[in-house]
Amino acid sequence: MAASVEAHTAGASQARTGLLSWVTTTDHKRIGILYGVSAFVFFLVGGLEALLIRLQLMSADNDLIGAETFNQLFTMHGTTMVFLAIMPLSAAFFNFIIPLQIGARDVAFPRLNAFSYWLFLLGGLFLNASFLLGTAPDGGWFGYLNLTSRQYSPGLNIDFWVLGLQIVGVASLAAGFNFIATIINLRAPGMKLMRMPVFTWMSFVTQFIVITAFPVITIALVFLMFDRTFGTTFFSTAAGGDVLLWQHLFWLFGHPEVYILILPSMGIVSEVLPTFSKKPLFGYAVVVYSGVLIGFMGWGVWSHHMFSVGLGPIADSVFAASTMMIAIPTGVKIFNWIATMWGGQIEFKTPMLFAIGFVAMFIIGGLSGVMHASPPADLQQTDTYFVVAHIHYVLFGGAMLGLFAGIYYWWPKITGKLLNETMGKVHFWFMMIGLNLAFFPMHLSGLLGMPRRIYTYPAELGVESYNAASTVGAIVLAVGLLVFLYNVWWSRSHGEEAGDNPWGGATLEWAISSPPPVYNFTVIPEVRSRLPLWRENGVSEIPQTPPEPIHVPGGSYWPVLTAVGVIVIAVGALLKSVPVAITGAALVVFFAYRWAFEPFEL
Amino acid sequence: MQISLRRLRLQQHFSQRLSSAVVLLGVTACSGSYPQSTLNPASDFGVAIDNLFTGIFWWAVFVFVVVEGLLIITIVRFRARPGRPKPKFIHGHTALEIGWTLAPAVILVFIAVPTIQTIFRHDGTAPDGALQVEVVGHQWWWEFKYPEYGIVTATELHVARGRPVALTMTSADVIHSFWIPRLGGKRDVILNRVTRLAFTPDSVGVFMGQCAEFCGASHANMRATVVVDDAADFEAWIASQQTPPTPVDSLSPLAQRGAGVFTERREPASNSCIACHAIDGVSFGVLGPNLTHLDSRARIAGGIIENNAMGLRRWLSDPPGAKPGSLMPNVSLTEAEIDALVAYLQSLQ
Repeated sequence: MAASVEAHTAGASQARTGLLSWVTTTDHKRIGILYGVSAFVFFLVGGLEALLIRLQLMSADNDLIGAETFNQLFTMHGTTMVFLAIMPLSAAFFNFIIPLQIGARDVAFPRLNAFSYWLFLLGGLFLNASFLLGTAPDGGWFGYLNLTSRQYSPGLNIDFWVLGLQIVGVASLAAGFNFIATIINLRAPGMKLMRMPVFTWMSFVTQFIVITAFPVITIALVFLMFDRTFGTTFFSTAAGGDVLLWQHLFWLFGHPEVYILILPSMGIVSEVLPTFSKKPLFGYAVVVYSGVLIGFMGWGVWSHHMFSVGLGPIADSVFAASTMMIAIPTGVKIFNWIATMWGGQIEFKTPMLFAIGFVAMFIIGGLSGVMHASPPADLQQTDTYFVVAHIHYVLFGGAMLGLFAGIYYWWPKITGKLLNETMGKVHFWFMMIGLNLAFFPMHLSGLLGMPRRIYTYPAELGVESYNAASTVGAIVLAVGLLVFLYNVWWSRSHGEEAGDNPWGGATLEWAISSPPPVYNFTVIPEVRSRLPLWRENGVSEIPQTPPEPIHVPGGSYWPVLTAVGVIVIAVGALLKSVPVAITGAALVVFFAYRWAFEPFEL
Repeated sequence: MQISLRRLRLQQHFSQRLSSAVVLLGVTACSGSYPQSTLNPASDFGVAIDNLFTGIFWWAVFVFVVVEGLLIITIVRFRARPGRPKPKFIHGHTALEIGWTLAPAVILVFIAVPTIQTIFRHDGTAPDGALQVEVVGHQWWWEFKYPEYGIVTATELHVARGRPVALTMTSADVIHSFWIPRLGGKRDVILNRVTRLAFTPDSVGVFMGQCAEFCGASHANMRATVVVDDAADFEAWIASQQTPPTPVDSLSPLAQRGAGVFTERREPASNSCIACHAIDGVSFGVLGPNLTHLDSRARIAGGIIENNAMGLRRWLSDPPGAKPGSLMPNVSLTEAEIDALVAYLQSLQ
């Protein structure tokens, strides 16, 4: 039987090994692995930038790193972690897990999927290439005008940022549409919407936020690019434009972006907690609906990033109220997670530790969030380390711990081997101690008057010891990550065989072998329950070998080549060279044409 | 008066409670004072925010203890132990779920009501008779103008205790944010826009602050101090600022040479001191700080360098070296020129 599968997978460029097979692959699982590895490397780069920032701030009046370099480091730290680490790490799980959870053979548009990945990778490399020229972006990850106008930032720094983010944005948009089409169309028979695993649900909501929020920042970036390159005046107050237009557009994207970052982790945690409590998710419908509600309400709170602008008491009151209201569906999720564990038989395996850590840390980030939902209080907190503490409890204590829960949870499914439990637990405790040591003192340094984004501070502020603690915390985090990397390396050869379902999970991905075969399911299963593997007859039988030949689409060169064409356009724009840009555009048209007419069937 | 005093004591009581809570929470023992603490307010605006924050803080502590407590109890009580029966599959509980939707909503009402009250009470408008000051943010220093007194100064804002202050603010270049933590919240300053802050300082002292909106290379070096004087000292300060500087002719020979260096026309013109700096009766530049009464200020260079002979020498010998990105160029002054300039600048009392 296996032979007949092989016969159908041996397409022109469908080698299963070798470098070229990775470059041309359209297999959602391999693309998921590519996303995961690339994003993790960017995560380490962003972490290294954070370490340098922390070393500079370790003591007052320190002169380890100069002002200009420091500004580049914090700009690239934020940009990298948001766009090149957390989002694509989530995308790694969207890719690998969603088709398995809904009982599909691949995503709806496998080549578009490959295109998304290559565009993300090349866009990320383009952004980081700015370091080689010593002109890394230095206007903050939020890129406020008019500091980022050509007048006040004449160098290539902001050009790299504007172009890089547009590229990464296109990658996210393409992936967003792809996953929406996949989840709507490719669910196995019986996989009704309200039977979908919560991770798939939260990812589904995330994709809708992606396809609605990214156009907003794309518009803002195009305006900025035109202002900088062609002298338009979208953001030039003197010429009738509006410098605050940027802030409104950026945060209209930026706040939904926060939910793009956190919802996938909420989904992961909603898978891990039931599995290790041996009990279904408490209030499945409420968790799903509150996720949808968060997705909608995330659009009505953007001006809470702008309280210090002085939009007037009415606007401040409205956005304070909407921001406080979004705490309600978030709180509901937390109570539902605790209720899921209540009455369970909790097994403290590494994924579960990270999931519990997520809940515990996210509570802290949520509570400090409510504090600056109050505009007068925010006037003392915004742009200080108090807010830095808040975002790191949400994005590190929240999103990253959730993603680590996902990594430990699905690692055996992805590789067929378990990660070492002892090292996993050591890693977890390093993370918990490190993140609290790094980020909790920031609440205090912020309340004591330390602004964000300063490369130096005088000893008389009295915040030196808090900063020293934060730096030690950052080092503890770095050591924890080394433990994780060693665990990965060690487990490659020494890891225990995982088997199909090492954790006793309830969802479809655990019904097939680890790692899954290229075609995923020998037959597309029929789903009869929200907990297919926990219910008697929850899913139709899935035979060990395919009863009939399965067609698996071959790889394709065109997605990666089209992505390269896009980068050539960006390089042309960076160099202000029309010939280079036109060459890039011609490459994109040519490769997309070849792509369109390539024989390729699902 | 009685009531407001009682309120003040109550407010102090609250902020002490909060400060002690913060000290308890501190992971490292810190001694000394915190000149930019938001928890030690010295104006009506600062006190209002601190009270509001204190209320929210204790609600947050309450929720933190309840929810984290529940979480810990759950994971301890329901940890897997051999011999325990298989967990019952409970899919939800409508009454409970409605309950934990409503409970946070009720708490949020207790936060939202005082929040909105505070927003409207402190919306940046000041009563009649307030001290009017125009604030202009520059890369990287603060300019203060007193239109009713005809005073222009930099880095150091003087106000009087008990007299309301109305700041009318804008920017000369990028977005900055004016923030003196102990006197209240921050407010952005934006080119071609006017934003406002109003507060009434309640104690005499020197209050530190700095720009809070990232504004380029030397964002960290854009500091400001507010000197709150009692009424008599404030009047004296006004009078001294209104006094014209000593005429150059009556200065010491060294200082006279310094005035010569100051007014010298250099190539390019932007290398001349007078291109950017104003001194009453001498020059009219507006791009840099007005130096008419430079020696009355405690600090120079956006507040990062002490205003004494050593500090002036350090600054004049290499401005961008002291303040990265500084718009004041290094014009390679000779030692003799610097000596003369320092003497002249120190005569501007």
